[in-house]
Amino acid sequence: MKALVAVKRVIDYNVKVRVKADQSDVDLSNTKMSINPFCEIAVEEAVRLKEAGVINEIVVVSIGDKSCQEQIRAALALGGDRGIQVECATAPSALDVARILANIQQQEQADLLLLGKQAIDSDNNQTGQMLAALLNCPQATCASAVKIEGNQALVTREVDGGLLTVSMPLPAVITTDLRLNEPRFAALPKIMQAKRKPLAVQNLAELGITLTDDVKLLAVNAPAERQGGSKVASVDELIDKLRNEAKVI
Amino acid sequence: MEREVMSFDVVIVGAGVTGLAAACRLKQLAQEHGQEITVCVIEKGSEVGAHILSGAVMDPKALNELFPDWEQRGAPLHTPASEDQIVWLRDAKQHIQIPNWMAPKTMHNQGNYLISLGNLCRWLAEQAEALGVEIFPGFPAAEIVYHDNGAVRGILTGDMGVDKDGQPKSGYIPGMILEGKFTLFAEGSRGHLGKQLMEKFALNAGKDPQHYAIGIKELWDIPAEQHQPGLVIHGSGWPLTDDSNGGFFLYHTDNQQVAVGLIVDLNYRHPGLSPFDEFQRMKHHPVLSQYLKGGKRVCYGARAITKGGFNSLPKMTFPGGLLLGCDAGTLNFSRIKGSHTAMKSGLLAAEAVLDAILNDEVEATTFTDRFQQSWLYEELFSSRHFGPAIHKFGAFWGGAFNTLDQNLFGGNLPIQLRDQTHDHQQLKTSAECQPKVYPKADGLLSFDKLSSVYLSNTNHEEDQPCHLRLLDPELPYQVNIPLYQEPAQRYCPAGVYEVIEEDGQPKLQINGQNCLHCKTCDIKDMGQNIQWCPPEGGGGPNYPNM
Repeated sequence: MKALVAVKRVIDYNVKVRVKADQSDVDLSNTKMSINPFCEIAVEEAVRLKEAGVINEIVVVSIGDKSCQEQIRAALALGGDRGIQVECATAPSALDVARILANIQQQEQADLLLLGKQAIDSDNNQTGQMLAALLNCPQATCASAVKIEGNQALVTREVDGGLLTVSMPLPAVITTDLRLNEPRFAALPKIMQAKRKPLAVQNLAELGITLTDDVKLLAVNAPAERQGGSKVASVDELIDKLRNEAKVI
Repeated sequence: MEREVMSFDVVIVGAGVTGLAAACRLKQLAQEHGQEITVCVIEKGSEVGAHILSGAVMDPKALNELFPDWEQRGAPLHTPASEDQIVWLRDAKQHIQIPNWMAPKTMHNQGNYLISLGNLCRWLAEQAEALGVEIFPGFPAAEIVYHDNGAVRGILTGDMGVDKDGQPKSGYIPGMILEGKFTLFAEGSRGHLGKQLMEKFALNAGKDPQHYAIGIKELWDIPAEQHQPGLVIHGSGWPLTDDSNGGFFLYHTDNQQVAVGLIVDLNYRHPGLSPFDEFQRMKHHPVLSQYLKGGKRVCYGARAITKGGFNSLPKMTFPGGLLLGCDAGTLNFSRIKGSHTAMKSGLLAAEAVLDAILNDEVEATTFTDRFQQSWLYEELFSSRHFGPAIHKFGAFWGGAFNTLDQNLFGGNLPIQLRDQTHDHQQLKTSAECQPKVYPKADGLLSFDKLSSVYLSNTNHEEDQPCHLRLLDPELPYQVNIPLYQEPAQRYCPAGVYEVIEEDGQPKLQINGQNCLHCKTCDIKDMGQNIQWCPPEGGGGPNYPNM
């Protein structure tokens, strides 16, 4: 059984995001970039399934310029077997990403497509769903537990007030939620080995894909600065302020 | 415990300019000699450059030697220094501009570049990897590993996945031994392993005590009409008065940004002094605010500086390794520059280590000769009076002395100036001093500590042992708090140390997650009771463009 795992290169979650002065985008110059945490959980899940003997090959794919090879290598250090970088100079929309991944799936014929539920930069939570639609295969989003039994995937999802478990035949798309697992640390020897694992580069023309650019980024605005607080002398003053200034009661 | 071992010819601790320059040079030399030499660099920051903080105006001298074609290779040296200004701040409003001929020659910056040292390291790492160097960011060197005969064998990387009580969590990975024929220690100022080596091999025997400063830096986006790329401003005076020395810098770099910072010598005497607050109020001086007003602060950080210079420079070789760059103390304080000298120490080390490997020697003994015949030695020797003069006479008269010494005597005034007192022995008690009161931050030019630390992108996994350890947990209650009102609260630029009240008793709380890895506490604590230890790999600041 083969798993295809998509990883996205995003600004590291520790970095305070800064908007460019012209508001055209977020400033990424020389900031630390990492695998999107949800994608990392997808990689970890694939590795655990491989360790459990359920799957035997993990293919890691990322879309972007050469720099995203860093994230592919990081995923290979966690336990991926080989990588594919789809060369793409611009940031494609969710639908374009799904189209590219669907195309890769045509080549790879993986049984399990594991994706993060969303990326922490664009927060779309769309790609996995679109990919399942394009492939006309079942999907289970926001997985908090995954079990493979024969040709069926049992996926547990956290819903309001409880857990929902769905079952679906493979091949299928699963997107991962935060509590599915806790990704491991990459050990030094594995990082070294990962540098020698195969990594193929494909370009959009080879895949026969023209980006639709169906979503345009108009502007990015920083949130309003928080106003300083003030101390009140009495409960009465507080109530007065809540009622007349903040108008919340 | 049985540890896994990985072997290389050379293991380098720290992916700063020193370590990366040494790594590149080793690979270049190996190619020239037709040798295969394996080199690995480990770095505690989450990525190369994440923990690098410097002004910086760089003299490209050492870089020219390493990569004469650095410009074609795209090195991030974009802004040549175009104008030097040196000012003396008389008080909160007034200043005197010192004419260039009156300033020490070492302060002139023609031919130098205004850079981000972090970005230079990122670029150097690319060059090193292209030459075949293995670089592992996110892995601190926790301990030194020795051979039975006492020579350095290598280092042990830190364990990953240990909880706050020291117990392994799920996903625990024990650290492993990286061994090499030679291990180069290039941790930067006050490296925790460098400190151990100094003691183990008595490297500083017969040398003056090492001296340090703390540098606090901010990066600002400023309005285009206030920006003059290449303008370099240095100054001293207000707000540092009476018993503290230091100086500020303001560099107009590229991208419509300025780097502004204050350096405070850690031999200051007033326990109430707060370098952070001095820096914040200093930005209100018209000399600085004329550029900063209307701008936006985008990054903040701090780092200790090893500034003892020639008189304090330890022996740099020992069996199995070398101590290099700011880890040893190669910075030239008279030029407020350490990058070119640190790099040069790395280049010389690479040459000496290759020699030693080819001749099967355990100590790279040719380093000392190479060093003494280099411009690095010449530069440090001729600046040996600079620091002691300022410690002895203060910034103004010490500065005047340095002009005389550097411009007329070329650093050879026939006198001996030494400073024999350790920085941590200098503090007076609170009872001997008038309390210091700092103005409140205005949120435009000056800011509080926590919102500043926020801009350093620092982060540490919460569930891990505190990486700032007290040798004697009672000492703060016997000495630091009653006699000095715990100065760590004020010299720490990240708010790591807090004295809170618990059941009516003072309690020292250590907020290790805020730590910027500047090492000031390890240096300045009166009892040398605070031990900075490396946290879990990848922890600490994530500086962009610093």
